[in-house]
Amino acid sequence: MNADSQTVPTAEAQTERRINMIEAINEALDIMLGRDDDVIVMGEDVGYFGGVFRCTAGLQEKHGKTRVFDTPISECGIIGVAVGMGAYGLRPVPEIQFADYIYPGLDQLISEAARLRYRSATEFIAPMTVRSPFGGGIFGGQTHSQSPESIFTHVSGLKTVIPATPYDAKGLLIAAIEDNDPVIFFEPKRIYNGPFSGFYDKPVEPWKKHPDSVVPEGYYRIPLGEARHVTRGEALTVLTYGTMVHVAQAVCEAKGVDAEILDLRTLVPLDIEAIEASVRKTGRCLIVHEATRTSGFGAELSALVTERCFYHLEAPVERVTGFDTPYPHSLEWAYFPGPVRIGEAIDGILAE
Amino acid sequence: MADQADHTPPAGDNRPALALHVPEPKCRPGDTVDFSDIDVGEAGAQPRPDESAKPEDMKDLAYSLVRVLGEDDRAHGPWDPKLDPETLRTMLGHMALVRAFDERMFRGQRQGKTSFYMKCTGEEATSVAASMALASDDMVFPSYRQQGVLIARGYPLLEMINQIYSNKGDKLKGRQLPIMYSSREHSFFSISGNLATQTPQAVGWAMASAIKGDSRIAATWVGEGSTAEGDFHSACTFATVYNAPVILNVINNQWAISSFSGFAGAERTTFAARALGYGLAGLRVDGNDALACYAAQQWAANRARANQGPTLIEFFTYRAEGHSTSDDPSGYRSAQEREEWPLGDPVMRLKNHLIALGEWDEDRQAAMDKECAERVKATTKEAEKNGILGHGLHHPFHTMFEDVFEELPWHLKEQAEQATAERIAKFGTERPYE
Repeated sequence: MNADSQTVPTAEAQTERRINMIEAINEALDIMLGRDDDVIVMGEDVGYFGGVFRCTAGLQEKHGKTRVFDTPISECGIIGVAVGMGAYGLRPVPEIQFADYIYPGLDQLISEAARLRYRSATEFIAPMTVRSPFGGGIFGGQTHSQSPESIFTHVSGLKTVIPATPYDAKGLLIAAIEDNDPVIFFEPKRIYNGPFSGFYDKPVEPWKKHPDSVVPEGYYRIPLGEARHVTRGEALTVLTYGTMVHVAQAVCEAKGVDAEILDLRTLVPLDIEAIEASVRKTGRCLIVHEATRTSGFGAELSALVTERCFYHLEAPVERVTGFDTPYPHSLEWAYFPGPVRIGEAIDGILAE
Repeated sequence: MADQADHTPPAGDNRPALALHVPEPKCRPGDTVDFSDIDVGEAGAQPRPDESAKPEDMKDLAYSLVRVLGEDDRAHGPWDPKLDPETLRTMLGHMALVRAFDERMFRGQRQGKTSFYMKCTGEEATSVAASMALASDDMVFPSYRQQGVLIARGYPLLEMINQIYSNKGDKLKGRQLPIMYSSREHSFFSISGNLATQTPQAVGWAMASAIKGDSRIAATWVGEGSTAEGDFHSACTFATVYNAPVILNVINNQWAISSFSGFAGAERTTFAARALGYGLAGLRVDGNDALACYAAQQWAANRARANQGPTLIEFFTYRAEGHSTSDDPSGYRSAQEREEWPLGDPVMRLKNHLIALGEWDEDRQAAMDKECAERVKATTKEAEKNGILGHGLHHPFHTMFEDVFEELPWHLKEQAEQATAERIAKFGTERPYE
């Protein structure tokens, strides 16, 4: 069920066109606005200005003010009107400017969007894709750095998607917009402009040096629910997503560990087949996410791996996560689950 | 005043002590009811502005009461919608049917046929008359006490009762609490149960209709108590920002379970006056006057349909019964309130109006009431063939896992298999899937 990095169009197969994640997201929105008159893009500052991260730049000018527009500063209102638009038959793509701001919209997401298909026995649906930049590593403090994905994975009826590359961001966003269920689409803002090794004191690498910045110009979709093999390996399985895909990869390369890194890409529905197959092969499993630890998505992954692969395990499943504190501004890099924390966990697992 | 704090300020602080005001209704059980402070005004005395009027030019209508039916049972003034007798009889018939339905369903809950029911007694006009002023394909986003909209739109009683019984005939597959209806065919949005969430949804639907250049408008109903929710504020803001073709109906029935309207701010201003701060047109209407309810909704619908903007309507009414079958209002309010309510009963007033017109009489009313009761009773019997709550005739159990998503993901598939295994362990292999 999972897709290899190798199966995506490579530099050889494509015109050499490399873009960053912001451009990839912009392209996905542009394509869907062009293909489907029912697609609406709205959110704080997304219209004339084109979004605080520029993800919607140029879209209002191209597609018009009633297709791409600014909203009041009201996440409850943004999600609430998106539910109504979905009931009408539109396919809204609201942006929540930072994932940290999404909480006023939770009742509309959890009690309304996520439940509508079920409670109305399919009479009404909420086919919306809620885009939102999430995660830290940008000195955003506690209100611009959170990773609240496990709040949403806990809700029946929501899908949660997190891309880690420009190629995936475009294909997954198109699939999310076409999906008839509400999708939470978290964009790891630390890697909007380039992949991140976790060594914050090193210069930022632009996307153009990364193979997954090669993105086809037209329409393509990556099905929701399929993980991606970042690397193939035998020594241990690393389950991760978002920014931490790149951090984990950098650590494994630096340590020379023959790791099999799975970028989950979709947390709900989860690619359980890819996870099981990998852990049964390696016998060791490390879970890495930036979000706080307790009741984080890592707890679910750990439980699933333990329940389903217990007799294949050579070592206890380990989690590397953010600490259970608010995201601290000045101590960001002490909080961040960086190379040292990941490296020590790998050493521990391999020593078993 | 009892609000005055009785503690002394800290030493050295010569500022006066602050006092918290906690609202208290004027009377509690056993008290003498006095509604003399409610100024109901005169029927026919309120001006009817043009539908394109600016909100600031019609401010008084947010504080007074639009009334049509006078003490003489005649229609008065510019808000008289001048409905023909046949339409008035239809309106009365819908309201009578709602009342008969409520009586029967309440009794059904007490007989153990279902878990829950909510009557709208005393508020029938706010949903029946108001929805009759809308087009049948205008989308409504109701709260939980708008059964009158469904009945006015001809939704089959059988479907309503199936839903209330959560039986195998329930189109919502027994998933929703009784009375949380949904009917796309009748342009009636799925009722949530979480309060005021429907208000920004209605605005979003109206925005979508405007984006598409459609001609249909949206209307939503919300209780005065839940106007305190942030969703309502969001709805008003989005409605005014995008000039959405939407009507925001606030049913001020004085009580939110045991909390009187003062806990939503009614001691200081009216709910219709909320409109003014947003730049919405605001109307305050006698909610027990079916003609006024119709006229106000028609005014707002005309305004919305002509791209002149949204309207917030406060229907001033009284919740004559408990909040629900789970509520006992004798614990917090005087039973006399219902009797003393200065705006009377909406069914009686419309009936008396028709009689005053020479278009109706008590015998016909009695015959109609009897017919409504018999129709509801017969439909109840019909619905009971599909089962009542808790007696096994529900949808097949595996439907529990359907419609969470469009497609069944692996984890729900596994859980459905587990549930099947549980059924087999409990009932054997004969009928595990029922």
